[in-house]
Amino acid sequence: MDASTHVAHAHPHVHEAHHEPGFLRKYVFSTDHKMIGMQYGFTALLFLAFGFFLMMLMRWQLAYSGQPIPVIGELLHSLLGDGAIGKDPTTGKLGVMSPDLYNAFGAMHGTIMVFLAIVPLAFAAFGNFVVPLQIGAVDMAFPRVNMVSYQCYFIGGVIMFASFFIPGGAARSGWTSYSPLATLAHPEFINGQTFWIIGMVFLITSSLLGAVNFIATIIQLRAPGMTWMRLPFFVWAEFVTAFLLLLAFPPLEAAAVMQLADNLLGTSFFLPSGMVVAGNPAEVSGGGSPLLWQHLFWFLGHPEVYVLILPGMGIVAEIIANNTRKPIWGYKSLVYSVFAIGFLSFIVWAHHMYLTGMGTKISTFFQTTTMIISIPSVIILTCLFISLWGGSIRFNTAMLFSLAFLPMFGIGGLTGLPLGFNFSDLHLHDTYYVIAHFHYVVAPGTIFALFAGIYFWFPKMTGRLMNEFWGKVHFILSLIFMNLVFQPMFAQGFAGMNRRMWDGGATYATADGVVGLPQSIIGMNVGISHAAWALGLAQIPFIINFFYSIWRGKKASDNPWGATTLDWQTPTPPPHGNFDKPIEVHRGPYEYSVPGHAADFTPQNEPEKHKKH
Amino acid sequence: MEIPYTVKARPDTGLFNAKVGIWLFLASEVMLFGGLFSSYIFLRVAADDSAWPHGLLNIPIGTFNTAVLITSSVTVVLAWASLKLGNFKKFRMYQSVTILCALGFLGIKSIEYKDKFTHYEIWKTNGERMTGHIEGSPWFWDTETLRQKNMQELTFHPDPKFYFTPKVKHAGGASGEEHGAKHEAVKVPVSQIKRLSAYVPAHSTYFGIYFTLTALHALHVLAGAIVIAALWGPLAKMWRTEPERFTNRIEVSGLFWHFVDLVWIFLFPVLYLL
Amino acid sequence: MSNAHTQAQPHPHTHSAAAVQAHAHDVAKHVKVYIAVFLGLLAGTVATVAMYYVHLDSVPLTITIALFIATVKAFLVAGFFMHLISEKKTIYAILLATAFFFAGMMYLIVWGRDEVPRGTQYWEGRNVQLPVDKTR
Ligand code: HEM
Ligand SMILES: [Cu+2]
Repeated sequence: MDASTHVAHAHPHVHEAHHEPGFLRKYVFSTDHKMIGMQYGFTALLFLAFGFFLMMLMRWQLAYSGQPIPVIGELLHSLLGDGAIGKDPTTGKLGVMSPDLYNAFGAMHGTIMVFLAIVPLAFAAFGNFVVPLQIGAVDMAFPRVNMVSYQCYFIGGVIMFASFFIPGGAARSGWTSYSPLATLAHPEFINGQTFWIIGMVFLITSSLLGAVNFIATIIQLRAPGMTWMRLPFFVWAEFVTAFLLLLAFPPLEAAAVMQLADNLLGTSFFLPSGMVVAGNPAEVSGGGSPLLWQHLFWFLGHPEVYVLILPGMGIVAEIIANNTRKPIWGYKSLVYSVFAIGFLSFIVWAHHMYLTGMGTKISTFFQTTTMIISIPSVIILTCLFISLWGGSIRFNTAMLFSLAFLPMFGIGGLTGLPLGFNFSDLHLHDTYYVIAHFHYVVAPGTIFALFAGIYFWFPKMTGRLMNEFWGKVHFILSLIFMNLVFQPMFAQGFAGMNRRMWDGGATYATADGVVGLPQSIIGMNVGISHAAWALGLAQIPFIINFFYSIWRGKKASDNPWGATTLDWQTPTPPPHGNFDKPIEVHRGPYEYSVPGHAADFTPQNEPEKHKKH
Repeated sequence: MEIPYTVKARPDTGLFNAKVGIWLFLASEVMLFGGLFSSYIFLRVAADDSAWPHGLLNIPIGTFNTAVLITSSVTVVLAWASLKLGNFKKFRMYQSVTILCALGFLGIKSIEYKDKFTHYEIWKTNGERMTGHIEGSPWFWDTETLRQKNMQELTFHPDPKFYFTPKVKHAGGASGEEHGAKHEAVKVPVSQIKRLSAYVPAHSTYFGIYFTLTALHALHVLAGAIVIAALWGPLAKMWRTEPERFTNRIEVSGLFWHFVDLVWIFLFPVLYLL
Repeated sequence: MSNAHTQAQPHPHTHSAAAVQAHAHDVAKHVKVYIAVFLGLLAGTVATVAMYYVHLDSVPLTITIALFIATVKAFLVAGFFMHLISEKKTIYAILLATAFFFAGMMYLIVWGRDEVPRGTQYWEGRNVQLPVDKTR
């Protein structure tokens, strides 16, 4: 630390470490990066569960269209009212989901999962807890900004959640909130879409503050000797992710402000001239463009998908190195690839817009960049696969999840290629194939990486290990049901089944022979739904294991996995200020099984021995 | 526990933390205003001439406001230089000019806004359009207001010139005869009014983007002014305990202020002149 | 700035006194530059506005000149007031990345509009007469 500490005895604030902060300072208004990380983690896990719950209800509607939701149908009715939950016309039983409610659930499932669950968990929770530890810093560069960042996230989440209970219900124009639908879908003046936009403004602010903090921390607070090429790969992943958030989110903020004006002030940024609504010409000044919204949304939207995946890749890299007991293969390739992804992800966005009539030249441009960006993704995956070669692998739960990540992400990424070609996307766009594609990357991909991370860093956070047996049960069941959920969706998508359909495609069945969606394809909905609910049940071992282990788990040592990175060279749990000794880094991040060393791992802060001895 | 490099520069990067932080933040601001500028171009290029008004903003006032903002920018940097020289008094003097300029800018902007909110355009059912003021200068009326007030007739003071055909004296009025004289009231039957709108965001995409850009910019001016005022007043006591850190803070707040100025440098010609 | 002096948090008055000696000359020179830049900015503003009143015949030329002057002014502010001309590598790197993404965003978005096949644009139906909705 710098010299000023030595002469700082005149300044009272230096002594603040001596007295314990009160409950509020410690748990609610904390500025400690580890506590903030855990706050992010808990909140995000709650939202993950909530988003999952919405999905389970939607799956009921898709499988048993028009039938009352069992068990909680009446409860939902009393919470959400007549407009949302209706009666079954034959039996008179309450609990039938209205199309509007289905749309609201769909939009909010997407929004919550992306902006309130995965990003906060992957980027902010793990990032906050692990990054300062891994670079040997005492905290983030701006601890108070860090606290505000979490608070903005929390407020944004509350606003999104509250929107379910306002008149007219939550936003229902998809997580992408395409205009003009998003402007016209609600009759109320202040409505779910208003809440959505304001909630997003808070979430964007939170991300921006977080991103500034992470980048500044990584640039400025690396411990002595922690040169750039000695950073653990997870830190690199967070670094690039932070840049994506920093530069891609603001245009969406601009777009959100413009859509807010469209909704409340009567502008028509995204509303074209001559628009007809429900048979009547809309009374707007016109001259706007729906395409503009899509551009601004996807300018964030595509980098955002890499925000979803990069931290996951970072986590997996750490765990694979640790459990193969050998260095990551191609560390430099990984770093350069993650940079390439970062740059390229800003110029591929319009591959989400091939069907907007954008024009062929620009489609070709975006098709080309999309194909190019898959190269660094493949390099990363290949490096991680090759890293397994010749390792003496420890198959603990964290490692199992990481291993499963590789093929699952592989499926997700490879199925992106047909979407990236505009000619094949003509057929696949907006079908269940797209749903399957991105869920393979995010659900069995990122979420598995996050589970792996939780099992891996749990002992550092709590000082106790999670139970391995139940961890493995959790893993096997999750792996099976994830695939049962998403694999059939590829088939549905190929057959032409559209996404975002309240009746799960039944409309198409009546048009059999015209568009030809066979009953067998629609019938898959039932199997998928049962697999989804089973997947929900499969999380119970995890939840119990998690809470049980916090208080009763086996005690862990400071470095239970025999890891090399600095996050494991601290007391457990790490105190305020993190390290009990000055940290200096002498070597790269993955010095496992170095020939000539007694232990099979050499921590980054272990000094070189003198050759003489 | 103390976080390193809050005051001193880190040797290898040559920067203190807040400086990295503010530049990162400004980078995101570039993208924020960049998104809006891109939208501006997108909408502008798409619009045909009957949808994109020209010459509706008050150029002398805009020019004056530009000068005000530029002045504030130079006083900010002079204030910082004074601190570097250890001259706290001069710092305060310069920053009070800055704060006055900021308030002046916002005040002038509000007057401009008010002028717009009381200035109207009428689209008549026969395709004619005219601009001017409504008797009594009410704010924010639109077609809906006429319906609600159940008005039969609107007393209107047309502008001498219509903005799409500035060279031609405006032809308007109830019976369609020439109304060249300035602010001579005409009575327009409400039944002939297809649309009425003040110069508010809903008037046209042009005003939509004008208000969005300038309001967002004004919010930045306000935020910057609050920070500078806080550092001028209550937070200035840090000068006595940690002068270097205080100087850093002034530098960082100054960087933000210059950025706000920089945005205006583009906003002014784009919105007022082009 | 002398290292020994700044490392041990100094007494404020001695600090500022020392700073005066170390910097007085430099800063005084800078102040002159700031004033010059200020005058340059004012001149640029006057030039832009004057051009508007002169009314050049070519619209593209007007736009180009106006944006050119604005860009020069922006460089003056960024370069001297924000002392970018003598900034550190890290800041340049951040700004370079930002410039790349900014340019990509603006160019591609505008290109995306331009490339829509003529005749099928939804704003082709401009000047449509909007009948008043009588049901309201
Ligand atoms: C590796 C190469 C990848 C390629 C070539 C690719 C390509 C595509 C394309 C072209 C679409 C648009 C499909 C359509 O709407 O018709 C799409 C959708 C999507 N992708 Fe990917 N993708 C890739 C990786 C990823 C990753 C890593 C993620 C996230 C972690 C992801 C998440 C998504 C999401 C969320 C959507 C759907 C957005 C929506 O319409 O709601 N993709 N992908
Ligand atoms: Cu994409």
